[in-house]
Amino acid sequence: MANNNTLKNAVMAAILTAIIVTPVFGLHLVRQGARTVMETQWHMVAIASAAVFAFQLLRPWIAKPFRALKFGIPTLPAAPTRGSRGVIALIIVAAVVWPFFAGRSSVDIATLVLIYVMLGLGLNIVVGFAGLLDLGFVGFYAVGAYTYALLYHWGGWGFWEALPFSGAVAALFGFVLGFPVLRLRGDYLAIVTLGFGEIIRLLLINLNTLTGGPDGISGIPKPSVFGMEMARRSSEEGTRTFHEIMGWTFQNQHMVIYLYLMALLLALVTLLVSTRLIRMPVGRAWEALREDEIACRSLGLNPTRIKLSAFTLGAMFAGFGGAFFAARQGLVNPESFTFIESALILAIVVLGGMGSQVGVILAAILLTVLPELAREFAEYRMLVFGLVMVLMMMWRPQGLLPMKRPHVELGK
Amino acid sequence: MSEALLQVSGLTMRFGGLLAVDSVAFEVKRDEVFAIIGPNGAGKTTVFNCVGGFYKPTAGDILMDGKSITGMPSHKVARHGLVRTFQNVRLFKQLTVLENLLVAQHTQVEARLLPGLLKLKSYRQSEADAVARAAQWLDFMGLRQYANREAGNLAYGHQRRLEIARCMITKPRLLMLDEPAAGLNPQEKRDLQALIDQLRREFGVAVLLIEHDMSLIMGISDRILVMEHGKPITTGTPDQVRSDERVIKAYLGEE
Repeated sequence: MANNNTLKNAVMAAILTAIIVTPVFGLHLVRQGARTVMETQWHMVAIASAAVFAFQLLRPWIAKPFRALKFGIPTLPAAPTRGSRGVIALIIVAAVVWPFFAGRSSVDIATLVLIYVMLGLGLNIVVGFAGLLDLGFVGFYAVGAYTYALLYHWGGWGFWEALPFSGAVAALFGFVLGFPVLRLRGDYLAIVTLGFGEIIRLLLINLNTLTGGPDGISGIPKPSVFGMEMARRSSEEGTRTFHEIMGWTFQNQHMVIYLYLMALLLALVTLLVSTRLIRMPVGRAWEALREDEIACRSLGLNPTRIKLSAFTLGAMFAGFGGAFFAARQGLVNPESFTFIESALILAIVVLGGMGSQVGVILAAILLTVLPELAREFAEYRMLVFGLVMVLMMMWRPQGLLPMKRPHVELGK
Repeated sequence: MSEALLQVSGLTMRFGGLLAVDSVAFEVKRDEVFAIIGPNGAGKTTVFNCVGGFYKPTAGDILMDGKSITGMPSHKVARHGLVRTFQNVRLFKQLTVLENLLVAQHTQVEARLLPGLLKLKSYRQSEADAVARAAQWLDFMGLRQYANREAGNLAYGHQRRLEIARCMITKPRLLMLDEPAAGLNPQEKRDLQALIDQLRREFGVAVLLIEHDMSLIMGISDRILVMEHGKPITTGTPDQVRSDERVIKAYLGEE
């Protein structure tokens, strides 16, 4: 009986494979001079079907050793909520000193990692703590980036003056968009936020006169050092660059390191603030709301306000990240803020372990560095990405370093 | 000020064609234990949901301490001192027992962002007070040793007690219990009865109660409202209700 079923399954799987694979492998367009001819390669389809058939038929036997393996996967320890101060200080010192000895490209990648750490920590508040699935997070990132870009373009503002505004404008967007959206739950919320992310991107493309359309805005200045430019030559008459005052000769490497250090600073501030937030009454309320909204209401907690606070604060962090991104790139265009970015940030949060700060940082490093290391396999990036996600869901649905409770403890 | 803490009059709730509650009226006096009983589907929980602001009643008035709370959203109702438990316990399961009690104090603690981010003295004080209050209630309920456990891992009886503690820590004036004895063993039921009695005496809280367990109801209630098919049949003391023919008919069926 079981064998009969296996055979039936295998046949069905083989047929389905043949149908799916035919347009991909079976039909080839071959150009012969001016004409394009379709060539059929049935042997490819046959091989694929045969492989699937054999696999399905033998699956019960193949699965056996794997079943044992499933329990053998080593479990990682839960993320420590309070690492010892010494270790944390050591990590920070290492992170500060490291770029002076590293190559330019690795420092550059590290800066990118730190931007994603900022974004991941921001989204972690929304998804991990408040339990609101936000698929349009990149929209707030875009708002932050464009706020700085536009303030520079139309007002000539510098990075440090624009930074708080980028955060504030992104937070405002989070607040305004949150109002109508947060009545929805679960999947509906996800779809609407997805729509908002896309709307913001489309607005950026189509508001040609304001945002420069698909070309975006370029020539955005890098952050200054205490009001002094960090460049080879001063762009304005009568001002001196940081290097001239310090008596250094300018190297491009300096700028890269400086950007890295600023990103590190911003990421640390984000980490500090979000770590405090989740231990505060508002953080507890986020988690309570994720657990049971009705119980929250019965205790006098206003769910709309609490959700809105999570949405707004998350958006604010995205705004800071966006402003920094604009400064680092020197140009912004809508291309940088597609849905895939939202998906990546969400993947960072899920992979890291929803609600786990350390996990999110680890996942941000993994998901940014690995694709850079495996550039040859760039074509298969999304495939591997999907595979990793599926494996995660099977073996470690709670994420790499799941959050450890409790934040507050009562002594005996 | 009238003697009644909660006044419900002409309460009607219609779901489409179904008349779930039909002109129900009752009063709960200060520090009174008032019970609503009736066969399954009589509309007891619907009354609860209307009073607690989870449903908007189709018609009728609900006054708390003389102020109308009709149609108010539930979180505002809670701030008027009306807090409830649920038929199937609704704890924050992944939060610890202590955290459950801290969340419940949200409206009482320093919840503004800036003092918390800067760890100002006022914030630290407010948090320490909140933890101390939670500890007091855990001691009171005999749950102190479970303080740092996830609430979802507690034994069912303990979860019920924690849910009541979570209500009481909000300093309610009216505690609404929806079938608090469901799923409890006889010993736990006796403990519950003693607990409700103690809460009323020591904290001066009025209790509005839905329950199926007759011995509990009869032993603890001052007055009882009997409902059937969404309509009130009678209101009276346990003795009056017990001997009322209409009640007996509703429960045992007609000859």
